[in-house]
Amino acid sequence: MFFETLINGLSSGGTYAMIALGYTMVYGIAKMLNFAHGDIIMVSAYVLFVMISLTGQPLIALIISIIFSMILGVVIEKLAYKPLRGSSPLAVLISAIGMSYLLQSLVQMIFGTAPKMVVIGDLGSITMFGVRIPVYILLTLVCTFLIMVLLSIYIKYSKVGRAMIAVSDNRDAAMLMGIDVNKIIALTFAIGSALAAVAGFFMMIKSPSLTNTLGAMPGIKAFTAAVIGGIGSIPGAMVGGILLGVIEAFSFRMPMIAPYTDAIEFLILIIILLVKPSGLLGKMKREKV
Amino acid sequence: MMKNIKWKHYVNYIIVGIATIIFTILSLTSSLSSSSLYALEKIAIAIILTVSLSLVVGFLGELSLGHAGFMCIGAYLGGKAAVLLEPVFGNTIMTLLIALIIGALIAALFGFVIGLPALRLKGDYLAIVTLAFGEITRSLFMNSDPELFGGTLGLETPRFDRNYLFIIAFIILFICLIIIQNIIRSKHGRAITAIRDNEIAARSIGINVTKYKLMVFIIAAFFAGMAGVLYSFSNYTIQSSTFDYNYSIEILVMVVLGGMGNITGSILSATFLTILDIRLQTILTGDMAVLQDVFRSLILIVFIIYNNAERLRPFREKYNLKSVWQRITMKKKDPNKDQDDEHKWDRVPTKIKMDEILTLNVNSQEKEDKDD
Repeated sequence: MFFETLINGLSSGGTYAMIALGYTMVYGIAKMLNFAHGDIIMVSAYVLFVMISLTGQPLIALIISIIFSMILGVVIEKLAYKPLRGSSPLAVLISAIGMSYLLQSLVQMIFGTAPKMVVIGDLGSITMFGVRIPVYILLTLVCTFLIMVLLSIYIKYSKVGRAMIAVSDNRDAAMLMGIDVNKIIALTFAIGSALAAVAGFFMMIKSPSLTNTLGAMPGIKAFTAAVIGGIGSIPGAMVGGILLGVIEAFSFRMPMIAPYTDAIEFLILIIILLVKPSGLLGKMKREKV
Repeated sequence: MMKNIKWKHYVNYIIVGIATIIFTILSLTSSLSSSSLYALEKIAIAIILTVSLSLVVGFLGELSLGHAGFMCIGAYLGGKAAVLLEPVFGNTIMTLLIALIIGALIAALFGFVIGLPALRLKGDYLAIVTLAFGEITRSLFMNSDPELFGGTLGLETPRFDRNYLFIIAFIILFICLIIIQNIIRSKHGRAITAIRDNEIAARSIGINVTKYKLMVFIIAAFFAGMAGVLYSFSNYTIQSSTFDYNYSIEILVMVVLGGMGNITGSILSATFLTILDIRLQTILTGDMAVLQDVFRSLILIVFIIYNNAERLRPFREKYNLKSVWQRITMKKKDPNKDQDDEHKWDRVPTKIKMDEILTLNVNSQEKEDKDD
């Protein structure tokens, strides 16, 4: 019982971690909260749905949905965020909210409100320590972990990754050093959206029912996860995501507090922000004049 | 001193006052249908919500995504108070007023609670906290005891006579406008906008940031709560699913369309969007209803980008209403007269020629003042 709940929590935690990775990348480098991130997941899941019904090949569909959402991420950045660079953060935030709203309503306009079923196929399950664990949970966790490690290495050691750190540190100084800030931010959005598409794939394996609000809640929860782990920190996103998933799973198990699961998660977010805004693994930055 | 009165300071009162009088007369002669009374209540509620959110977003410069949450608290607690008071006072104005005050005060209390994190957080984080607050509120009321707040079925409120409910809604709107406008144009309002422009600088000149942030959140929550109570009476039943995140966004759309920090704009945009909403509800049915969401989200993006993008600044300055009007009327402005308009202070010539100083006759200036 305990073990099953834990596995369940790890499963949704892995998805949250994957979304939170995208959030934290964009927040860390572009310094903005991409409200539309959750809705990019939703759009990529719809692309997955269309592609699977066209080709019947989940892998091809996944690749196409990753490419599509990368393009979508970059287009959103160019249309809604780039014109506002340099103006108040409030304006960017409102534009992001508008973008999220727009994606949801456009998808509803195209596909209607009826839920779509995305059939990816059962991956089977294996027995470990006497507990049956579905393969997709392991796949989610392994993939998230691998992506986290690769992303950390990429950002720390590659030339482009260092440019990302530079842009995150000081955008003007980075520009003076000859870094194309626009390109770096676009790339960040592309990577974040690709992660969103992968997260969408795993969400679809878990529960194949797809509506236009699929991404909204997980998006906010993944932001919670990113905040718990320390926003801007890549390992932090993973830790926060898994933690949040496990808390959610255990809270669901208890009949007394099960209806309040969302409220509890948001309460955790508020408490973390008040007590330790830098999160578990993040660095605190003082505001200077 | 008559010529120093600025009409733009009173235009909001005039608009709302005239509208109230006209509609009151119309309702007294019973020439308004119940659906148009309902529409009027909706408009008043939307304006109260928009103006109070505008205080937070436009003047304090913080994004609150929990405005529907405050409204939810007001609606449920005010509605419940009315249900409890109904056996005592009946469906009278007394019940209504007490319910309004209870709902608004409790919402204001929660505004204080949400204002506390606002002291430590700002920008994105604060937006998320207010969003989380709204969702927590909604989920608490949704899972509440059905005996107490109706649970998922919703709470039924006493039915008041629509003929005076809308008048009360307009009176509250009027009070809301007076309070918020007076705050904005007072010393406190200047302190609030100073915090928006630069919090550290505001703190350094001795503005009590804590006090003003809390004040803004409490006032905004108070009026949102009041709007919530009105909403609960206007709709007869309330369901917690109404007050979700999307409702907060709808209010935000009204604020953005009206221009952030522009009360007259907020009044007009709230009226326009509410009327549009009511009109389109009958035209766009089924799957087409989503077109309205598309429209709203486009308003949000387009207006925010148009008003804030650095690159569009020259265009904005050239084609805003004021300068276009000036060009049409071909009014050549005397640069020395710009002093009244604080937006143009940077255009007032500061260089004075040497012989102007030498020929300046201080005594004659004084004489002129005395003549006035």
